[in-house]
Amino acid sequence: MSAAIDYLLHLADNALVLGQRNAEWCGHGPILEEDIALANVSLDLIGQARLLYQLVAALKGGNTTEDRLAYFRDTHEFRNYTLLELPHHGPLSGYAHASLDYATTIVRNFLYSALMALLWEALQKSANADLAAIAAKSLKEVSYHLRYSRDWLVRLGDGTDESHARAQAALDHLLPYTQEFWAACPAEAAAVAAGVAVDLQTLRADWDGIVDAALAEATLRRPEIGGYVPEGKTGVHSEHLGFLLAEMQSLARAHPNGNW
Amino acid sequence: MTTRIEDVWAALENLADPEIPVISLRELGILRDVRSGPDGLEVVITPTYSGCPAMGQIEDDVRSTLENSGISARVVTRLAPAWTTDWMTEAGKEKLRAYGIAPPHRTPAAGNVVHFIGKPAPAANVPCPHCGSSHTVVSSHFGSTACKALYKCLDCQEPFDYFKPY
Repeated sequence: MSAAIDYLLHLADNALVLGQRNAEWCGHGPILEEDIALANVSLDLIGQARLLYQLVAALKGGNTTEDRLAYFRDTHEFRNYTLLELPHHGPLSGYAHASLDYATTIVRNFLYSALMALLWEALQKSANADLAAIAAKSLKEVSYHLRYSRDWLVRLGDGTDESHARAQAALDHLLPYTQEFWAACPAEAAAVAAGVAVDLQTLRADWDGIVDAALAEATLRRPEIGGYVPEGKTGVHSEHLGFLLAEMQSLARAHPNGNW
Repeated sequence: MTTRIEDVWAALENLADPEIPVISLRELGILRDVRSGPDGLEVVITPTYSGCPAMGQIEDDVRSTLENSGISARVVTRLAPAWTTDWMTEAGKEKLRAYGIAPPHRTPAAGNVVHFIGKPAPAANVPCPHCGSSHTVVSSHFGSTACKALYKCLDCQEPFDYFKPY
């Protein structure tokens, strides 16, 4: 039970945090179609997060609600991958010209969607029937997210010198953070043992295949990675998550029990 | 007098989707079942996209339509099996076309995700709902609502929405 709750929160927090990040483009998209596309991706992600939080609330019982889980937990209680909370730019040097770099957004969505397409597909066989049902729905949605982000990755990578360089810089910056996908984590291992979760190692070769094929088409180079392995899924986050949560949670905290 | 299951179907027959008011919830495949449960009649609906903002409205609409018809029934949300555009009726698809939205193709036969991604996006022939030409191109994978993509007709030059297979 507790293993299932921890794992469901991890999935839900991933969806919510990326949904919030992507939504920062709303009203700022480079072209109208992209503004709308990212808002749509955000809606899907926040919708998935809601279904998962509702499931956690039902399992926990008491006065837990989806809103309490989204708005009244603090940074160290969030279980999302560090990759998803990073701002829309790399280190503020080199090719990062401003606080919103579209290549960073696209590469992040591509790397995560490629994982989730495989994971949602596998989770349709989860021992938790409610999670299996959410997985079947989410798989349909992430398939479009992956196709969308992959298309843009290829357009940027195989585009102009400028778009290629920025896509490569975004990839060099973000790929090391994907090491977290494959790192061992007690909560995940417990959920795998309970049949609720799927061992991500079994999906790694397929993920590599999707990434390598897209990078080849995009004429991008896969950087060698190593070094620090992020631990967002255990609650140890970068300094960026606190700012994201502060913005997302401020209204609910200023007016607890408010209705709008 | 007791309410019969047919009465509930009849009351909800013409209840339209809040976003696309030319098509009914039954034709969209959202209204799944009317059944008698332990505490009386139940209307079963299956949500579309996880983030579709219309779902809350749809549930409210079903509830108030039942109330206005003097029917007491509970609204139950069922996630599995997941909603699919394949449940849309032929009459419903025709109404979409007449409204200017290209109706969805059938969803591809279940294959695995790696296969889905590995092959290029199928050059699905989406005929223009305005002039019927199949000389059309996708301009964005996402449109004005979660369920639609943006297309453009290269013959009549009109942009149009395509209801995506889901």
